[in-house]
Amino acid sequence: MQNALYILTMWAVTYAVRVLPLTLIKKPIRSRFVRSFLYYVPYVTLAVMTFPAIVEATQTPLSGALALVAGIVLAYLGAGLFPVAVSCCAVVLIAEMLL
Amino acid sequence: MQPYSSFDHSRAFRRGLSDGVPIGLGYFAVAFSLGIAARSAGLSPAQGFIASLLTSASAGEYAAFTLIAARATLVELALIVLVANARYLLMSCALTQRLAPDMPFFHRFLIGLHVTDEIFGVTIAQPGAVDPFYCYGAMLTAIPPWALGTGLGIMLGNLLPLRAVSALSVALYGMFLAIIVPPARKDRVVACLVFGGFAASYAAERLLSFLSAGNRTILLTVVLSAAAAALFPIHDDAPGDAAEGAAKEA
Repeated sequence: MQNALYILTMWAVTYAVRVLPLTLIKKPIRSRFVRSFLYYVPYVTLAVMTFPAIVEATQTPLSGALALVAGIVLAYLGAGLFPVAVSCCAVVLIAEMLL
Repeated sequence: MQPYSSFDHSRAFRRGLSDGVPIGLGYFAVAFSLGIAARSAGLSPAQGFIASLLTSASAGEYAAFTLIAARATLVELALIVLVANARYLLMSCALTQRLAPDMPFFHRFLIGLHVTDEIFGVTIAQPGAVDPFYCYGAMLTAIPPWALGTGLGIMLGNLLPLRAVSALSVALYGMFLAIIVPPARKDRVVACLVFGGFAASYAAERLLSFLSAGNRTILLTVVLSAAAAALFPIHDDAPGDAAEGAAKEA
């Protein structure tokens, strides 16, 4: 029951975030500060959520760190979402087999 | 922008279906690792399936499952989902600029169901006004694998050897990196924010350990983004370009 409430909350907030601009905002946002803030938010959130969590998710911190480096390098070289994700997994798998 | 009445909906729908297939394949693999997180949050396979089917938000769901695992309050959960999904606000704003003025209004409620990084990306990459049926096609092939992968991850997560779970658990972080690194390469402020965010998150984990992980994420996001917005406001003059640029690179 508690889980159902959690899922309902997840859905309600996510849908609101997506649908409110679509239905309410008919004019562009004017404030440069608000636009800048909204522009930076996703990158900061994802960065904060990625590290140090990636190092703590694996069996050994070293394999997580290697996956982090591999992910950054591949993404920098222009690899897409899926190749980067799979490569990070492969790096951890190989590292933990060798270590 | 061409009038809505001139759209070829069935062609747009079929194009959406085929563009959604590769997205769905990628989603399936990543959702499996999300399922492992949902499993430790105590969700059943059916609950994970429904959560993913309704929400379709990688970072947002992952953040939510972390908080559910900690039995956080609904307010905390709502806040972290809001912060983790704030980028969809930008994407939806960008989409409004590409809708035909004579499009029936109810389509806005349906397009809003699944504004994900990838579906937004392929939608905005289409020329001219957005045909909602293109979005529906892409949703139809991309979202079910996402939900299915989550459910299977919950079901099979414990059957996999520890080593495989360890490897799969970094898939989501890999996806996050693929979203944040390309724009960091082009924009030095974003690059500083990404690496500053890493450092701040590491420091906060030690210095602000009395706060929950979700609250630390909210705090750091608001402080760092507001500081960057005040010090380095973006230069675009046409609102919506920022979101478009961000999503294309994602």
